[in-house]
Amino acid sequence: MLLDVADLEVRYGRTHAVRGVSLSVAPGEVVTVLGANGAGKSSLLKALAGAVRPAAGRIWLAGQDITALAAPDRVRQGLVLVPEGRQILVSLSVRENLLMGAYCRRDAEVGRDIDAIYDRFPNLAARRDMPASVLSGGEQQMLAISRALLARPKLMMLDEPSLGLSPLLVSRLFGLIGELNREGLAILLVEQNTRMALRAASRGYVMELGRVVLDGPAEKLANNDALAAAYLGGH
Amino acid sequence: MSGYWAGILAILAINIIFAYGIFITAAAGQLNLGGAGFMAIGAHAAAVLGEQLGWTPAQTVPAAVAITACVGIAIAFPVLRTRGVYMVLATFAFAQVVTGVILTQPALGGAMGLVVTEYVDLPVLLLAAAGTTLLAFWLMATRFGLALRALHDDELVSTLMGVPARAMQVGAFAIGAGLTGLAGGLYAHHFSFVEAQYFNPLLSIYVLLFVLIGGTQTAWGPLVGATFFTLVPELLRVGGSWRYVVFGAIIVAMMMFRPEGIVTRSLVDRLFSRRRPAPDAG
Repeated sequence: MLLDVADLEVRYGRTHAVRGVSLSVAPGEVVTVLGANGAGKSSLLKALAGAVRPAAGRIWLAGQDITALAAPDRVRQGLVLVPEGRQILVSLSVRENLLMGAYCRRDAEVGRDIDAIYDRFPNLAARRDMPASVLSGGEQQMLAISRALLARPKLMMLDEPSLGLSPLLVSRLFGLIGELNREGLAILLVEQNTRMALRAASRGYVMELGRVVLDGPAEKLANNDALAAAYLGGH
Repeated sequence: MSGYWAGILAILAINIIFAYGIFITAAAGQLNLGGAGFMAIGAHAAAVLGEQLGWTPAQTVPAAVAITACVGIAIAFPVLRTRGVYMVLATFAFAQVVTGVILTQPALGGAMGLVVTEYVDLPVLLLAAAGTTLLAFWLMATRFGLALRALHDDELVSTLMGVPARAMQVGAFAIGAGLTGLAGGLYAHHFSFVEAQYFNPLLSIYVLLFVLIGGTQTAWGPLVGATFFTLVPELLRVGGSWRYVVFGAIIVAMMMFRPEGIVTRSLVDRLFSRRRPAPDAG
């Protein structure tokens, strides 16, 4: 397995956000974590990225125990998180945002990788020297994902990337997720857009109040009546 | 040059160095309202080393920088645990403690102050100010500078990109404190006298204003802010006591019309990049 998580617990003071979550992601796999607001999905991703220290549990990346590593060291090991709400660095230019993505790299290919990003997203290329704050919501999401790509990750974690995007941009975003995955990138996707997420993923986990209550292949989850009633109902 | 303008230039040079000391931390999003405290440490360190140990300014000033930088590192750890207005208050309290300690210690001059015999002339001050300015421009152009600006925007996101946030912030605090110590050491040797009362809260407020009104986005900000704040009150001198009213009104107007400071990144871009095609050309 590329990522293995065993019995992870996250607490904020008296709040118990993640209660004994175990999950795994294979190399080249897309795995989704579903659940309502407050289920502990974001806390889980933050703990995996090292932004929050877990109260208990272990995390392995490519067989190596990374539980004790600080966030920058996890980035170096190939684990990146695109946080919720896009979170671009607004006073930096588009190019500087991309450079920050490659912050942990010392190799000479950063420039070439940035050019590849510009080829993939002509909108970013056209605005490369402008402050990132002038980008539209969709462009900001592309920038946030591009920035994470520049770290050359083995596993990219995305926290609700479709939040606040128009339906057209959401389908373009999932197109990009599929494209990146076909290029070999493993993705751990937290989503509220359950239908799209299950279509993109091969497996899924459903969280409720900090626990994994259901997991299995994506098609099976998509046809699960209980899940449909809880999260897909009305659509 | 008249003695009057030489005096103004000396103050200007020291203010520029002082402002860059505060700017380096402000660029990373941390407001230091304890500038006078750090400067007092540098000034008194230079004075005591010069008078008690007979060191020359070539020794006392670097020592003042090193001592202030070390105090900056030591104080950074508790201060960086606080956020926003609490950080402002913590640095402010630190400066009060520094002047309080100096006032109670006769060896440090106490309330009487210390006479500094070794004199450093204006050209050295101007050279130091120019060197500090170049250092700040260089620092802001490095990966370190980019990381500081990223931290200013969003600490969590910067951490997720691999920026060791705490180490960077402590580093910025140390460099900033060192520069303030440089300003203090040069002040002591140029004005030949230091006393704790000079390093009062108003001085801390002024230098923070230099930086905030000048702009924290580029290394131009402190230079423009310190120059503006040093020269404008002198130029307004013809207006008699009305000059403070006019000066206050100018500050309020700047905060209203240029909340990001006089010099912003977009202004620098407009002034220096004529190569960029017009927006409608792309």
